[in-house]
Amino acid sequence: MIALLIRDLRLAVRAGGGFGLGLAFFLIVVVLVPFGVGPESGLLSTIAPGILWLGALLACLLSLDRILALDWEDGSLDLLATAPVPMEAIVSIKALAHWITTGLPLVLVAPVLGLLLNLPGAGYGPLVLSLLIGTPALSVIGTFGAALTVGLKRGGLLLSLLVLPLYVPTLIFGAEMARRSIEGMDATPPLLMLAGITCGTIALLPFASAAVLRVNLR
Amino acid sequence: MELIVSGLSVARGGIAVLEGLSFSVSEGEALVLRGPNGSGKTTLLRTVAGLQPPLKGHIGLEHEAMAYAGHSDGIKSVLTVQENLQFWADVFETGCIVPALQAFDLTSLANRPAGGLSAGQKRRLGLARMVVSGRPVWVLDEPTVSLDAASVAMFAEAVRAHLAAGGLALLATHIDLGLSEAKMLDVTPFKAVPPEIDDFDGAFL
Repeated sequence: MIALLIRDLRLAVRAGGGFGLGLAFFLIVVVLVPFGVGPESGLLSTIAPGILWLGALLACLLSLDRILALDWEDGSLDLLATAPVPMEAIVSIKALAHWITTGLPLVLVAPVLGLLLNLPGAGYGPLVLSLLIGTPALSVIGTFGAALTVGLKRGGLLLSLLVLPLYVPTLIFGAEMARRSIEGMDATPPLLMLAGITCGTIALLPFASAAVLRVNLR
Repeated sequence: MELIVSGLSVARGGIAVLEGLSFSVSEGEALVLRGPNGSGKTTLLRTVAGLQPPLKGHIGLEHEAMAYAGHSDGIKSVLTVQENLQFWADVFETGCIVPALQAFDLTSLANRPAGGLSAGQKRRLGLARMVVSGRPVWVLDEPTVSLDAASVAMFAEAVRAHLAAGGLALLATHIDLGLSEAKMLDVTPFKAVPPEIDDFDGAFL
């Protein structure tokens, strides 16, 4: 299992692995938003948490079809399925590798990009915390979507359509948590909801992903 | 250890392709499957390897005993030959890859990125994975595709060594491997009868 994680991370950082793709997309979205909505700093601080969360979510979505499609194309997925590692572990490791290469860099770079959007000082901690808690759910849900569409050529559109509705709760509670802390309200309820969603998806979805993948490999 | 398959029916895309297939392979034996393209050899091998459930019948060994090699080798082109093989050695928890590299004459290529290998070299790397898997039953689907004569001999030698160590092999191939001791099985007589087309609508036309 560790071997699979190391291989996936190694593949991601080598040429063509798409490691910087999500990060660059996130950067572009956040840099372009002030040009689009105008330089008024009050407006920017109001929408900053939402834009940062939306950017992170879309950046995450961008790299989802790489999670399993590449392994399916070159036959590794068939071979992994016959290896002495349970399918549930394979999809969990794949989701973890996706989070480390996509979610974690987004979390780390978010405070820097918060500056560009004039994010109020009280918002930095809660924003990073909400992303840290929320992005694992994005990776796990995304792996489920990738498992559903693994046999399809150019399944990216279908994958996005399937996954986006499942991302909505995470987006709502994640952005809400950052917004509430900025406005000085109690941010605990959205934090708990966000953590609950992440824990629930991590606990349940690998089983669904593995079942779907077994059917798709037939 | 013996692989006993009895009354097996396999399906591809929901349609039965082979029916009532029974055979057995015991320790140190190889069974070569023959049959024209589209006769269901790949489907049979995938079923035996546990990638899809059989329609009917029974496969007498756990999937954990099988190592499967299909049409694609599962090679990552940005990793080196050694990294590719070491990954599978770690997954199968067998450790040492040196004998496998030697058996398929890959030692001199060990530090090359796998993307730069020729088709035949990639195939050899794919087959070296079988040695690394350390599993007793090799299930091989057309293993000699894109191999030259010398590499086919190398592969036959590896299969022979595997059989001598008490292993089993189940292969689908169109060419003569020079494995004179191997049993042959032609799957053509087991071809499933196509399902009768339901003429229910026809009565109303």
